[in-house]
Amino acid sequence: MADLRSDIAGIKSPNPFWLASAPPTDKAYNVERAFKAGWGGVVWKTLGEDPPIVNTTSRYGAVSLNGQRIAGFNNIELITDRPLDVNLREIKQIKRDWPDRAVLVSLMVPCEEAPWRKILAAVEDTGADGVELNFGCPHGMSERGMGSAVGQVPEYVEMVTRWCKAMTRMPVFVKLTPNVTNILAPARAAKLGGADAVSLINTINSIVAVDLDNMAPMPTVDGKGSHGGYCGPAVKPIALHLVAEIAKDPECAGMAISGIGGIETWRDAAEFISLGADNVQVCTGAMHYGFKIVDDMIDGLNNWMDGKGHNNAADFHRAAVPNLVAWQDLNINHELVARIDQDKCIKCGLCHIACEDTAHQAISVSGNGSNRRFETIDAECVGCNLCAHVCPVEDCITMEAVDNGKPYLNWAQDPRNPNAAAAE
Amino acid sequence: MVDIQAGRLSAAELAENFADVHRPFDHGGAVVEANRCYFCYDAPCINACPTGIDVPGFIRAIATGNVSGAAMTILKENIFGGSCARVCPTEILCQGDCVRNGPGDRAVEIGLLQRHATDHLDADGPHPFDRVPDSGKSVAVVGAGPAGLTCAHALARNGHKVTIFEGRPKPGGLNEYGIAAYKLPDDFAQREVAFITAIGGIDIQNSKALGRDITLDQLRLDYDAVFLGLGQAGVRDLGVPGSDLEGVDSAVDYIAELRQADDLGALAVGANIVVIGGGNTAVDIAVQSKRLGANDVTLVYRRGPEQMGATQHEQDFAQTNGVRIKHWLRPLQLEGDGNVKAAVFAGVHLEGGALVDTGEEQSIPCDMVFKAVGQAFVPLAGEGPAVSGGRITVDDVGQTSLPDVWAGGDCVAGEDLTVQAVQDGKLAAGAIHRCLVGS
Ligand SMILES: Cc1cc2nc3c(=O)[nH]c(=O)nc-3n(C[C@H](O)[C@H](O)[C@H](O)COP(=O)(O)OP(=O)(O)OC[C@H]3O[C@@H](n4cnc5c(N)ncnc54)[C@H](O)[C@@H]3O)c2cc1C
Ligand SMILES: Cc1cc2nc3c(=O)[nH]c(=O)nc-3n(C[C@H](O)[C@H](O)[C@H](O)COP(=O)(O)O)c2cc1C
Ligand code: SF4
Repeated sequence: MADLRSDIAGIKSPNPFWLASAPPTDKAYNVERAFKAGWGGVVWKTLGEDPPIVNTTSRYGAVSLNGQRIAGFNNIELITDRPLDVNLREIKQIKRDWPDRAVLVSLMVPCEEAPWRKILAAVEDTGADGVELNFGCPHGMSERGMGSAVGQVPEYVEMVTRWCKAMTRMPVFVKLTPNVTNILAPARAAKLGGADAVSLINTINSIVAVDLDNMAPMPTVDGKGSHGGYCGPAVKPIALHLVAEIAKDPECAGMAISGIGGIETWRDAAEFISLGADNVQVCTGAMHYGFKIVDDMIDGLNNWMDGKGHNNAADFHRAAVPNLVAWQDLNINHELVARIDQDKCIKCGLCHIACEDTAHQAISVSGNGSNRRFETIDAECVGCNLCAHVCPVEDCITMEAVDNGKPYLNWAQDPRNPNAAAAE
Repeated sequence: MVDIQAGRLSAAELAENFADVHRPFDHGGAVVEANRCYFCYDAPCINACPTGIDVPGFIRAIATGNVSGAAMTILKENIFGGSCARVCPTEILCQGDCVRNGPGDRAVEIGLLQRHATDHLDADGPHPFDRVPDSGKSVAVVGAGPAGLTCAHALARNGHKVTIFEGRPKPGGLNEYGIAAYKLPDDFAQREVAFITAIGGIDIQNSKALGRDITLDQLRLDYDAVFLGLGQAGVRDLGVPGSDLEGVDSAVDYIAELRQADDLGALAVGANIVVIGGGNTAVDIAVQSKRLGANDVTLVYRRGPEQMGATQHEQDFAQTNGVRIKHWLRPLQLEGDGNVKAAVFAGVHLEGGALVDTGEEQSIPCDMVFKAVGQAFVPLAGEGPAVSGGRITVDDVGQTSLPDVWAGGDCVAGEDLTVQAVQDGKLAAGAIHRCLVGS
């Protein structure tokens, strides 16, 4: 059995699986159930100043893909809609009842010192383990000058982070919005402001669909729609990239990373950790299936780690970071060709048509009916691996390395590059 | 003309007929099927499984690629998860309650997914459950069928020493001697017994029958507790003239012979066969004799299709195997001199709930007749536990009228299914353990 205990910015939890600040962490009732189900920690649904905000109906939109429900999820909800003192009382109670679990509190108040000082003092009194500054929500609150409206201006990120670090002894996490051109700008600002960790990603600006009968963007509120925040499995690749960017950046070194975005399985979590996340947070996965999914996250991660001989997450934390390089550092001399296993081939022809219509005309077809035969034309194959992706049969098309005898060569050194520094 | 002979089909045809009826999933297929599961909250399939396996839990683990975790989720509740995946009538159990049943959709293939997960466990690897240190207590289990072996495994996990007394030469119960050959092909039953007993602390003594070689009184003196997983050793009789003719056999005896045959080609089977009965055993013998090469197999049942013990799925399976099913016929007599030559039936219909003869008669020519009108529990002679309705009386955790004797499986009331025997054995093991450790 591997050791799943987790430590991020000095905050300990029995496992690295936390629930992100969102409806699953909205009140004591949910958090109690989450902890009973085995979650290692929560970031409490974002608190703001009283009076509480008011939400609309409906609030959620979703994308389903080939029958898979909620491949992507979107919402137009705001921060907590419950009074501040009710939340604070419940946080205090939960932390007292569950001392071994991590309880962070997400915060969003206007960009002035006084409200931050006031709310930080109130949170400190609950015994919570830390705070997460919500500079991320892209809808509703940003129009009021909070959320991503702050996260998109590095100077504000740095300023508010610095205030908070000075005002509280609690670790400060800064939750970043992905709705920026370069994630390093707000991440470095958080680092300069003294943040202990960044959490990312918050949701991505989006419109999930249009109701074509009523010509209304979805989710629809009385015939009208509004852009909302996108999350769920569809956003995982974007989140992985942004996490990795920060993990690789020397200026961000030393600042912990809480990975968020589309995480639903142990495998997703292992990928985030290998690219630099110190722990992970989940929202949509829990909203789709309930808290029980953490069972398989814990069990599956454990089994995978045992199989690989990893004793704890430190054994593979950042293990994939050195292998993430800039495009120009890839080996341009590396050559692959597609190999089709004729015994496995079911003669569907998908590889042929994909290559023929949209790639390099490198898969020939001969014979007809069930005697059809698909073969790679090695001289034409560029090794792009489109065919391997479209083939519905597992391991039927594999990419084989060609021993061309050529040494490692990157684009900067390649004579075909007009700007090659090669000449010397 | 009587035509009973061996070797009706070539070895290749027999091999094909008695190979696995269900094609297992490959990894990709299992993941696609697993993703069809909605991961229902409080899923009805869990309740529909007599052993309460967390079905959506293990299916999700398959979907995420955590297949050994899936296997453990199954085996935790049901150590016979491998054979149950193959023999359970899932259409009336877990899959019958799947929310995807309905027009235009179909249930998730829970049985096949369960098989995928349990097959994935490395049979040669270490046993996946640990034993706690020896408790100093010992338990006698009588009968090495699913009920007895499940009970033994759970007790062994808790550190108790178990001795199993099995009357037959091999352990496994009906998994070894009764289940249709194409449901548990090869030596699956013996491999599963080896897997279960690999936990340690279980000693199986074959060819030791209670009532013949040992007595219950002695077991009660020698052990701290006794579990009876005796199954149903008796076969009900037809009670019509001619039952003792040559060519008339009990279905379960013939199936046992078939299951033990090294060479199916050496097994004699008739050209024209009549099977009398309406349960799964009747379907099993009908299909297996057809697959041995019989020309014509007629299954005769005295009531209609709805009343048959065999599930709709099993009836369809019989028919697609070329078995003819006749309803509303009651056996009158078996005719022949030496060997049976015809089975004679009276037509019946229902009148106010009772079967009444219509006055018609039908004679079906045949050279073999299989009786499949039910098995029966044979009560123990002497000071055995109380029996009611022909089965050992037990409470809801399997305790009999004797304070130190528990029982479960086919020898007690309830569904006669492998999975139910497993659940009985599991519950009784829990009760015995609590009793032995005094809590
Ligand atoms: C032909 C047939 C087909 C079946 N097909 C299916 C199916 O497809 N799916 C399904 O779920 N169920 C099926 N069943 C039912 C299923 O096999 C039983 O419900 C299950 O095996 C019961 O388990 P058990 O442990 O109670 O009894 P058994 O499996 O009968 O085991 C009892 C064991 O006790 C031993 N024993 C009996 N008396 C003594 C004694 N005096 N001393 C020592 N040992 C003794 C026996 O030799 C045997 O090994 C079928 C049954 C039959 C007869
Ligand atoms: C309905 C809903 C409400 C949310 N509310 C908040 C919030 O109050 N504060 C916050 O920091 N993030 C909020 N989020 C964003 C999530 O915490 C998380 O960053 C995002 O959903 C990505 O993770 P996921 O792909 O696991 O859902 C919300 C998300 C959803 C779906
Ligand atoms: S999920 Fe619950 S609150 Fe939301 S619409 Fe359905 S019933 Fe109402």
